[in-house]
Amino acid sequence: MARELALRDALNEAMSEEMRRDETVFLMGEEVAEYNGAYKVSKGMLDEFGPRRVIDTPIAELGFTGIGVGAAMNGLRPIIEFMTWNFAVLAFDQIVNNAAKTLSQSGGQFKCPIVFRGPSGAAGQLAQQHSQTFESWMGNVPGLKVISCIDPADAKGLLKSAIRDDDPICVMESELLYGYKGEVPEGEYLVPIGVARVRKEGTDVTIVSYNKMVLTALEAAEELAKEGISAEVIDLRTIRPLDYGTVVNSVKKTNRLVVVDEAWPFAGVSAEVAYEIQKYAFDYLDAPVTRVNSADTSLGYAPTFVEEYLPNPAKVIKAVKEVMYIKG
Amino acid sequence: MDTAVENKKKATRKKTNKPKYNKETYLNWYELMLRIRRFEERALMAYGQQKIRGFCHVYIGQEAVSAGIESALKPGDAIVTAYRQHGIALGRGVSAKAAMAELYGKKTGIVKGKGGSMHFFFAENKYFGGNGIVGAQIPIGTGIGFAEKYKGTDNLCVTMFGDGAARQGALHESFNMAMSWKLPVLYICENNGYAMGTSVGRTTNVADIYKLGLGYDMPSEQVDGMSPESVHEAVAKAAKHIRAGKGPYFLEIQTYRYKGHSVSDPAKYRTKEEVESYKEKDPIKVTEKGIIANKIATSQEINKIKEKVKAEIEEAVTFAENSDFPDPSGLYEDNYMQKDYPFIKD
Ligand SMILES: Cc1ncc(C[n+]2csc(CCOP(=O)(O)OP(=O)(O)O)c2C)c(N)n1
Ligand SMILES: [Mg+2]
Repeated sequence: MARELALRDALNEAMSEEMRRDETVFLMGEEVAEYNGAYKVSKGMLDEFGPRRVIDTPIAELGFTGIGVGAAMNGLRPIIEFMTWNFAVLAFDQIVNNAAKTLSQSGGQFKCPIVFRGPSGAAGQLAQQHSQTFESWMGNVPGLKVISCIDPADAKGLLKSAIRDDDPICVMESELLYGYKGEVPEGEYLVPIGVARVRKEGTDVTIVSYNKMVLTALEAAEELAKEGISAEVIDLRTIRPLDYGTVVNSVKKTNRLVVVDEAWPFAGVSAEVAYEIQKYAFDYLDAPVTRVNSADTSLGYAPTFVEEYLPNPAKVIKAVKEVMYIKG
Repeated sequence: MDTAVENKKKATRKKTNKPKYNKETYLNWYELMLRIRRFEERALMAYGQQKIRGFCHVYIGQEAVSAGIESALKPGDAIVTAYRQHGIALGRGVSAKAAMAELYGKKTGIVKGKGGSMHFFFAENKYFGGNGIVGAQIPIGTGIGFAEKYKGTDNLCVTMFGDGAARQGALHESFNMAMSWKLPVLYICENNGYAMGTSVGRTTNVADIYKLGLGYDMPSEQVDGMSPESVHEAVAKAAKHIRAGKGPYFLEIQTYRYKGHSVSDPAKYRTKEEVESYKEKDPIKVTEKGIIANKIATSQEINKIKEKVKAEIEEAVTFAENSDFPDPSGLYEDNYMQKDYPFIKD
């Protein structure tokens, strides 16, 4: 049996179920308790679990993230919510220099089972500081795992897996899609970390994406279908470790690849996927891998900038036609 | 009531009511506060019409802070603040036209439609911006002050932040360095009682924010932020201290925001009574009353200001409406000073 759930409610279920199951799990962040979360992801959790386990912090990202890391080293399983990943930048020291490295620098004596979660990516006209994506940033760091998924059912199962995982995990959500609905199974289930999912099968071209750009890719695929082009759409779901196998297998079938990635182009997820595919599916490629990213700039406020900056179905269709050598 | 107390009360009442400054000062305060209030009201309306998008944090209720600061500074002084900054920017001399056009995301805006509500900048008047990252401007303002001292000027930098921002570690790092290097920085915490839905008391053991300066031996005081006069006085005193080379000063200015945190916040975390109690001390109403009662100006003069401000804001809206959005290619402008920077465009 499945029911329709919004992404925010699916994430809420994931956290609540894990907190019922494991007394060491707690949620901490700005406005998570009394305000029910800036985006209402933790709605009702203070009522159920009380202030010992659902904790409002001051605006002190570096401090409360470090407190989370220490608590994780000392036997707890913190979930640290960032209002957005843009503010997690203040806490990168604790995520990158500590959470990611605790196991290594302690020679395996201390693990750091912690989840850092919050929305990543542009969310309308929010300008330079509030519009960034962080999958590539965090994905660059050995020691961390990175999940980025907006499908409510998958996001729920992945977050549950993340909370149970013994490694530090960054979970990227989407401000714009907290209300996005999908079928979510009843009852207990997990989605494994590190496994991509084919959202739409196709034969002519592979489009790889993640987070809200999956919807852009699907929209483009629908348009392309009308022109007789069959696109396969892969949702990476996990950024690190990245499921190259699923992408390679798809490219072996379609022989063409477009990566749609909201991050900036330089040294990002799109570049990484392109590298792996040229290395492991070189003989199967009928065209150079191409990609659609956000512009290589900061994002200004005006609507004209947002439109120009972000990937959209038209840009994806153009890229698909490019790898298919279709003019116009 | 005991007569001594009664007399003392009368004396203070008399003292606070008696105008200490000249007519121009009072009328300037009144006009600026009214300009801010009307600007914000109009911005909220335009937001409702979806002409302004993104985040929009208005300054309604806090106008006296901007007014009192500006009258106590001298040309050459700098200001940096957070994202609740329309009122500060207007105080700094950003025109209502350029500010409104920015909110509309038009190319005639103060930063060409690049910043929106949170990011006005005005280099000409040393306005170093609105910042969207809570607390980020605290060390930045300290650095602006550092540069003034380095260059040997007697300018200072007013570094403003909210009660929520006061909990960022950067505040302590900045206070320590500013104090030990005697930097010309006036730290101002606009304590409006809330950081989003979190009241000051809920995330701290030290609700008196001015005390945060005391750990560094920084002169620190609490100020009534509903009166431009008391803000002016406190800033003037602090500025004198700073300009004498004695280092930074910290003012916790107690104020209140009448509206929610941003346009999308219904502000259910506080009572109507609380909001009403502040509206009774409304800085614009109280200032207007004082001007009339003390015969500083006539009601005709006040009405003239009201008309002037109204026309100015209407003109700003028309200007914003009639301006164009920036060309999309502008996305590639202002990222690097290098004009031919090779962007990745694949
Ligand atoms: C580093 C960082 N963390 C969180 C946020 C989200 N946020 C924006 S405003 C705000 C509250 C700030 O309150 P305060 O400093 O009191 O300023 P006020 O809104 O009252 O003017 C928060 C948590 C942010 N913008 N930056
Ligand atoms: Mg505040």
